[in-house]
Amino acid sequence: MPRPFEAELRDLKLGLLAMAGQVEEMLHLTQQALAERSTHKAELVSRLDPLVDEAELRLDQTCIDLLALRAPFASDLRLIASSLKLVPGLERIADHCCNIARRALILNPQPPVLPGDELQRLGAATESMVHRAVDAFINGDAPMARAVILADDQVDALYLQIYTELLRNMLADPLCIERSSHLIIVIKNWERIADVATNIAEEVLFILEGVNVKHSYLQANAKP
Amino acid sequence: MLECKDLQIEFDHKAVLKGVSLVFPERRISAIIGPSGCGKSTLLRAFNRMHDLTRGAKVTGSVTLNGQEIYGASQDAVLIRRRIGMVFQKPNPFPTLSIFDNAISGLRLSGVRNQAHLREAAEQALTDAALWDEVKDRLKSNPTTLSGGQQQRLCIARALAVNPEVLLMDEPCSALDPIATAKIEELMFRLRERLTVIIVTHNMQQAARASDRTAFLWMGELVEAGETEMIFTSPKKSMTEDYITGRFG
Repeated sequence: MPRPFEAELRDLKLGLLAMAGQVEEMLHLTQQALAERSTHKAELVSRLDPLVDEAELRLDQTCIDLLALRAPFASDLRLIASSLKLVPGLERIADHCCNIARRALILNPQPPVLPGDELQRLGAATESMVHRAVDAFINGDAPMARAVILADDQVDALYLQIYTELLRNMLADPLCIERSSHLIIVIKNWERIADVATNIAEEVLFILEGVNVKHSYLQANAKP
Repeated sequence: MLECKDLQIEFDHKAVLKGVSLVFPERRISAIIGPSGCGKSTLLRAFNRMHDLTRGAKVTGSVTLNGQEIYGASQDAVLIRRRIGMVFQKPNPFPTLSIFDNAISGLRLSGVRNQAHLREAAEQALTDAALWDEVKDRLKSNPTTLSGGQQQRLCIARALAVNPEVLLMDEPCSALDPIATAKIEELMFRLRERLTVIIVTHNMQQAARASDRTAFLWMGELVEAGETEMIFTSPKKSMTEDYITGRFG
């Protein structure tokens, strides 16, 4: 029979998975709201946000209770300490989704600014990073977590490419300034979501291996 | 620095410690953890030659204090015990002696007779053990009138009075309440400034919060030793992980 603490840790993991599932659903709806120009899906994103907020409060309390009552060590400690960072990270992604969805409501009735599929590619790449970061957590998959961290550079490059194109459009056609400004906020939110996915992957590596891979340039330059 | 190399201890031909090698750095607090019967206390007691007094005990291997073998034929076990003091699980002040006489009993046993010197040493030891302010007006009282925590600090004062280089503590807080425990731990931090402290504890939280280094023993063997922060956040050995997370032991 598992110890009560084992059951509590399992509940924490299940709670995180449920929250991650809700966030992934919001991400997917956000992506579709833009791609399909769907007002309905954009509104749905905002309606799901309170569920994620509730999950954040509940899981925060679970982590505090476990720290206070069980005084965990080693991998248990790493899981709980990392959960205290994963939970606000997931909540942050949900907020970014809401930000994008609000812009989608404004942009969808208007003519598109970008002729290509760059925006969809940025959304898909970011969504994939979050999906893989969550998978790495579920499956304890360190190589996948590392792949997510590496993927952030591709999202950053795509963001910069679209940003430059939007600037160029605004200079060329003042009539698209308003729409482009909204789109800049959209791509910035996608880029921030990718950063949060990277943070999640870093936490997964900490949970699995006990190594802190954040700000690796600082560690590389650290004096012995 | 206290160091043991390939230390093996058996009682009536039964091996209790099976070749343990460990370094206890100077002026650091080292904790020894492990399940009951793993050899923690046996290891600790080897450091001030307490097994010399046990019939059927056999100690092989090496224990050195600052490079000097303490089991050397020319070493006097009594002198070794002055350099390496010990505090036990249950406070054990001498019940027939006063608080004052308890504090300086080690000095008296080693032949110090000068009353002024003894008075000064008693005050110093009781101050070092963070007990002076609580007992300075009742030095002639019997130690059994003190609380458990005060009695334990009196035992620490008794050990400190002879100016040891190392203080061994065998579960010193297991009979104390959290406030008395906190006082002992605070005292350990102060003592670290001048001597090496080695503590055996069953309390994982105590090892985590009160030591600089931790060694984990299992079945008479050393499983893992290292900085306490590493042992309690990312131990290298799965057995250490399982023990400190309560999955076995």
